[in-house]
Amino acid sequence: MIDKLWFLVPELILFGGVVVVAILGLVQSNRLRGWVPWTTALFILAAGAASPFIYCDEAMGSSGLLLPGLAGPACLIACIVAIGLLLLSIGRVDRGYETAIAQGRATFDPIRATGGEYHVFFLLSLAGLLLVSIADDLIWLFLALELASLPTYVMVAMSRGSIRAQEAAMKYFFLGAMSAALFLYGFALLYGATGTLVLTEMQAAFADQIARGELGMLGIVGMLLALLGIGFKLAAVPMHLYAADVYEGAAVHVTAFLGFIPKAAGVMAFMILLSTMGWAEGVGLPAPILIMLWVVSVLTMTLGNIAALLQKSVKRMLACSSIAHSGYLLIGIIAGPGAGFNAVMLYLLIYGIGNTASFAVLSSLQRGGVELESVEDLAGLRHKHPWSATAMAISAGSLLGFPPLLGFWGKLALFIAGIASGRLVLVLVAAINSAISAWYYLRLVGLPLMADRNERSDAVERIDSPWPRLTALVLAAMLIMLPIILGLLYAVTDISS
Amino acid sequence: MISWLLILLPLLGSIVIIVSPGRLARQLALVTSLVVFGVSVAAAVVFDGWGRGTWDFSSSIEWVKEWGLVLQVGADSVSLILVLLTTFLMPLAILGSFNAIQTRRREYYGWLLGLQAAMTGVFLARDLVLFYVCFEFTLVPMFFIIAIWGSKNRARASVKFLIYTFTGSLITLAAFLTLAWSHAQANGGQWSFEIAALSHHAASALSLNEQAWLLLALMIGFGVKVPLFPVHTWLPLAHTEAPTAGSVILAGVLLKLGTYGLYRFVLPMCPEAVVEWAPFVAVLSIIGILYAALICWVQTDVKKLIAYSSVSHLGFCVLGLFALNPMGVEGSILYMINHGLSTGALFFLIGMMYERYHTREMGELGGLARTMPIWATFMVFFVLASVGLPGLNGFVSEFLCLIAAFTAGETGAYPGVLGPWYAAIAALGMVLAAMYLLIMVGKVVFGPTRASMKHDEHSGLPVDLTVREITVLVPLAIGCVVLGIQPDLVIDNTATAVADTLAVYQDLFEDRVAGTAAFVESAFQGGAR
Repeated sequence: MIDKLWFLVPELILFGGVVVVAILGLVQSNRLRGWVPWTTALFILAAGAASPFIYCDEAMGSSGLLLPGLAGPACLIACIVAIGLLLLSIGRVDRGYETAIAQGRATFDPIRATGGEYHVFFLLSLAGLLLVSIADDLIWLFLALELASLPTYVMVAMSRGSIRAQEAAMKYFFLGAMSAALFLYGFALLYGATGTLVLTEMQAAFADQIARGELGMLGIVGMLLALLGIGFKLAAVPMHLYAADVYEGAAVHVTAFLGFIPKAAGVMAFMILLSTMGWAEGVGLPAPILIMLWVVSVLTMTLGNIAALLQKSVKRMLACSSIAHSGYLLIGIIAGPGAGFNAVMLYLLIYGIGNTASFAVLSSLQRGGVELESVEDLAGLRHKHPWSATAMAISAGSLLGFPPLLGFWGKLALFIAGIASGRLVLVLVAAINSAISAWYYLRLVGLPLMADRNERSDAVERIDSPWPRLTALVLAAMLIMLPIILGLLYAVTDISS
Repeated sequence: MISWLLILLPLLGSIVIIVSPGRLARQLALVTSLVVFGVSVAAAVVFDGWGRGTWDFSSSIEWVKEWGLVLQVGADSVSLILVLLTTFLMPLAILGSFNAIQTRRREYYGWLLGLQAAMTGVFLARDLVLFYVCFEFTLVPMFFIIAIWGSKNRARASVKFLIYTFTGSLITLAAFLTLAWSHAQANGGQWSFEIAALSHHAASALSLNEQAWLLLALMIGFGVKVPLFPVHTWLPLAHTEAPTAGSVILAGVLLKLGTYGLYRFVLPMCPEAVVEWAPFVAVLSIIGILYAALICWVQTDVKKLIAYSSVSHLGFCVLGLFALNPMGVEGSILYMINHGLSTGALFFLIGMMYERYHTREMGELGGLARTMPIWATFMVFFVLASVGLPGLNGFVSEFLCLIAAFTAGETGAYPGVLGPWYAAIAALGMVLAAMYLLIMVGKVVFGPTRASMKHDEHSGLPVDLTVREITVLVPLAIGCVVLGIQPDLVIDNTATAVADTLAVYQDLFEDRVAGTAAFVESAFQGGAR
């Protein structure tokens, strides 16, 4: 019991942060309320800093977890990206209301303020993600996944006054609930097939069944359903349909959040669940599971990219492209423990940085007080905001996977893992998909840096808070410079120990 | 050390230019490129691999051990010659842009030098990952150069250029990774991306079928870059829309990345498949030669004509490589240099004319020999070099490639899989080249002066060439003459490296000849019995 609590220290830090931030968000003093994001950041940093000590190799060795190496890297990656996600929302959350208070046009009303709540949900969802990485039974996994997801439904709904945010939240919530039902049903079947909820025991049971050649349909169907349901978190085909609408409806800082945290939670859940059934004693995944993952991966990247090609709204475009990135991630998952899972973790970090950078640029800009919608709004951005334009181009280049930017190395890791596990065709499909994605990512490079200004883009201005654009610049610089310490990144995201 | 210097100096210069004031950009860029040229010449002087197949200036930096990522650089005679071509052309390209580029100068010269770093990196890379990164990164500066400083149709041209090449090289990347994996499996799971090791592994351990797939994947990547028919369609557009210096570098060096890739990877990695498929590639290159030449014939845009002529000329280059004998490969390497000099110069000349008259239409030009005698002299000179006038550089290399293809029959002095027919049909390309280029010269340089031609007073340029422009052209002209008279400078110095690359083919052909002989003998004996 003590051991388990010990592993929960980073999460407990975050929960502590939840309490502090919730109270801090409701104080009357404007200055103290201004500290909410920074307090949040402090707790995230503390959780991240604690993780190497909590999840050290000796402790994890006796942890009884299915993937003992996962927790440390997961916590680090999540906290690094979360800091970026947090910084890009500073000055965005509750903006109109806080400005009104600062100018004396309104008085502070705890009922109306949502700043504290936003950060509370932020921390809760992040804690959910961390809990996924140390899940040791199915109940825990389910609760952790839901803890990662439930706050995001609220975050979407309250992200901005627009009715589209409400619509997006409803859609997200109902479909999310349905997917939760699906994977919960899958979990039930898995329990039926093995008679246990504990993941390590389940692995032993499945290994036993496979060794005897008696892997029944119950287990397979359970696994398929579970994967299908969790696929919602990754926005993997066929559970991707909500993504474009929800991402577009949410305010831009929430969209950035949705693009990473639930996806990371889903990916880690995939790795954990699949490890119970696959790769035991040199055997790969059972054929039906493998086929499904293969098909889902191909469909996800292809449909995501093609859909992204057709988008005019920049947020929808990035939403569709994030679907495609889930497809790439599945290559690493199919490749399996070792090189494959390591590549997945590395890619998560790299994708997280690139995705956050691109949304940070969007978050730092507005037109007439509302956020940018159309891709055309970015045209000729360099005339008035050269740095934002450059940061956008760099992050798009990295998401595209253009060498020598960081994104290329993530893709290289996935491709190497895919090929080393004998999935050459899958890698070829991914390569062709990268080429397709060049079409729309190039628009995000070309429009800001090269296109002429138009009436719409002329009206684009920066938001008051400098933090989103600083975030964008720092992350863009990381996308250029981090390849130099690629070896270190690789070591940090290595989960095979 | 020198290798890293050659790659990092331009990169450093590029960063300095970006952060320093715009009015200094031109001078800074010129100084940087001249310094780099100086370094490369010094490197050429102390290089100990001339006439030998050895590598010099080697250096390696360990990077990510788990993937076997080790950044390795070094030069053999072939790569050093191409580096010299790059460092030679770059100061000229920068000097040639002084007047043409008036907007966003810092970015322009920054990108040019960044491009130089990447191109040098391609030639000096000794491991696949560094090679691939540099190979891909060349696209980015050129994309921006075309897209920002290009002419009317620049957006489409730049995107098409990037997508074509990017797609091709992704497939090549997949092939490289597969090869590296196969190598790792054979070596107990230790990954390595060293080109030499992988080449050796591919040539010795892969089956004919596997080699054929590898060949296909490599040809997709490098064939787009060369460009080989039928994936050449990006080139005319990109060349035509690019600013002058962009076209010069594109034709002068970037296309050579493709042929260099063929030389460095395709020939050593999949010899058996190459022998099997060389006729097919040769046919594609001959189609390219003739088809592009015919297109040139009907062009009215002078720049487009030169662009298509590059497709035609590079066809000879590929034909020479796939003749698979020393003469052809040496001729092809010489051709890479020659084409860089003469076509680069032609693009400069057209750019200079365009700055004055703002048209490239043959119908609107004429009689420039009267108004611009110095320009006209250079134009005729470089056209003759490009056509292949004996005594100038183009002749030797073109002739070598054709002879090599001619003698590459099963029973020739240099056994191969091509033959007289290939050479005979490709030679038509030489005739066509003479026709379209001389027709163009006749119309533009001679012919009647057109009423529509108006020298743009606002360009700030005199009627004929300025000293700066002459300074750009003279080194190129000297290069053409020197290589025309003394092609041995390239051929002798690279002979051993080429022979080493081709050694495996000698064995293969000997086996084939021996095999045929044995077959004939056994048939004969069987008949006698």
